[in-house]
Amino acid sequence: MESSSHEHIISYAKLFGVLCSLLSFTAITIGVSRMDLGALNIWVAILIAACKASFILLFFMHLHYETRLLKITFVGTIGCLAILIGFVFWDISFR
Amino acid sequence: MTDVQSYLETPSSPNLKGIRAWLLTTDHKRIGILYMISILFWFCIAVTLGLLLRTELMAEGKTLMGSETYNAVFTLHGVIMVFLFIIPGIPAIFGNFLLPIQIGSDDVFFPRLNLLSWYLYIFGGILAVVSLFSGGPPDTGWTFYVPFSIQTESGVTFTVLAAFILGMSSMLTGINFITTIHRLRIKTMGWMQMPLFTWSLYATAWVQLLATPILSITLLLIVAERIFGIGLFDPGRGGDPILYQHLFWMYSHPAVYIMILPAMGVVSEIMPVFSRKAIFGYKAIVSSTLAIAIAGSLVWAHHMFTSGMSDTAVFVFSLLTFVVAIPSAIKVFSWVSTMYKGSILMTPPLFFALCFIYLFSVGGLTGLVLGAAGTNIHVHDTHFVVGHFHFVMFGGAGFAFFAALHFWWPKMFGRMYNFRNAYRAAILITIGFILHYIPMLILGLQGMPRRYYNYLPRFEAGNFFAGIGGFIMVTGIMLMLVNLVQGLRKGAPAVGNPWGGTTLEWSVPSPPPLHNFVDQPSVKSYPYDFTDIIQQQAGSKQV
Repeated sequence: MESSSHEHIISYAKLFGVLCSLLSFTAITIGVSRMDLGALNIWVAILIAACKASFILLFFMHLHYETRLLKITFVGTIGCLAILIGFVFWDISFR
Repeated sequence: MTDVQSYLETPSSPNLKGIRAWLLTTDHKRIGILYMISILFWFCIAVTLGLLLRTELMAEGKTLMGSETYNAVFTLHGVIMVFLFIIPGIPAIFGNFLLPIQIGSDDVFFPRLNLLSWYLYIFGGILAVVSLFSGGPPDTGWTFYVPFSIQTESGVTFTVLAAFILGMSSMLTGINFITTIHRLRIKTMGWMQMPLFTWSLYATAWVQLLATPILSITLLLIVAERIFGIGLFDPGRGGDPILYQHLFWMYSHPAVYIMILPAMGVVSEIMPVFSRKAIFGYKAIVSSTLAIAIAGSLVWAHHMFTSGMSDTAVFVFSLLTFVVAIPSAIKVFSWVSTMYKGSILMTPPLFFALCFIYLFSVGGLTGLVLGAAGTNIHVHDTHFVVGHFHFVMFGGAGFAFFAALHFWWPKMFGRMYNFRNAYRAAILITIGFILHYIPMLILGLQGMPRRYYNYLPRFEAGNFFAGIGGFIMVTGIMLMLVNLVQGLRKGAPAVGNPWGGTTLEWSVPSPPPLHNFVDQPSVKSYPYDFTDIIQQQAGSKQV
């Protein structure tokens, strides 16, 4: 079995920092949604959502402290998701 | 070998007795049998609904049911067939039963999760039934297209939740299989020594794992739309109805490969055994399995050529659709080449497998008609589409399921069945199938839309013949099931390796003991090496 069994204890300060980052990103999302960036609007929204998801996965779900195999699996899954979302833009960007 | 107690006589825990020994079992074989009983139950329900539909369509106007009931019946037929029969069919029954044995393991990696998957499957099925009595039966078709699925007052919410729960069951099975293959494969078995059925389950499990969450979230969005009206798919509020179709088909097209890949795995097992010859192009079949899983996940929008999406997307997805034909054709050529100069032994499983190759090829080729944007526009949403996907789903996955039943039945229950009745059933099913679905292809080319309750007089003859074919096919299915069940009581005892197979499941007793292997399994350097089998047979003939 490769998975590590020791616990990772993250300090309250760090968790609070991540929470503040997430709230800030939410505020940015709302701010950006009120600006007209044309086609860029959706890319900015996806980028912010991806950053928020990364913070949650890395620190709240402890991926940052996991083994390489889990990290590769995660990156692979994100890659698949990116391809699927990207392919939708064959439609949306050319309508 | 026969003095070893089988899994049927040994509960997974000695404390469990009677029905509890089944309902609380963690033995992968018993869970496979639980799936078999429940999946065959739903299959019979869905077949009955399908037959009612075709009987209604045999003559113009109302014959059996009104238009509202007709909408509900075709929705339920689709939902049950897709989510409760074809998707779980081969992986949940034969995958559960055989995968650990084929890789030299005594169970799956997460046995309790395996049982939970079955309970989720049952819960999903019950929710589908509940949907019938909560605001009326669903009438959207199995695709739940917006805006109708959001506006209709029928019990779509429960049907959608049922599909969501069934998706969870499917994902858990996928996780279990991937982990089992990685972690519990016997040390002496390398990747290129794995049986092709296991390979097909592995590729399928990845598709299940990566594609199913998209459907699950999309279905929840429908529920959110129905309850909260958030406007995601409503153009009036900045939403996009075509986005729903993208999200739905992002899962539901790969779902076609969740159905067909294990079916291809079954055929890849059967062809070499009854040709007494190593499978042609083992590595090519493995590569094409993975290629189908990958390429098949990128072609979803060919279901949407007339939906109003961009011409660029039509071009890209049409091109990618044609790419999937290449690995599929590699498999067909490999199976046929396996038989070339083989010592062919005709048996019911081989008969079904041969029918699979023919019917799946027709399904694949008619799929190219739909994959080409030009022709697709003419036949989109006609009976041609219905004929095509039944050739793939039923002629492909369904016939492979029947082949698997006949191939592994002696292993699962330790009893043979009556060959003559099996052939009779198989011939009836095949003739009925062709008479049932070929008219649909023709009706579609003539312009008859799908899902219509009534039609123009010129379509009556085709619909009548399709109905006759349906009755012949259902007669064959009933005969097949009765014959198999009779085999349990009257069939001759099956030896450990009744067909002369080379993969590990044929090295254990029939039915297998609780922990599968009596002796340490011996892995061959090549999984389809028939040298020993041929020598044994030659020796027994000389004696």
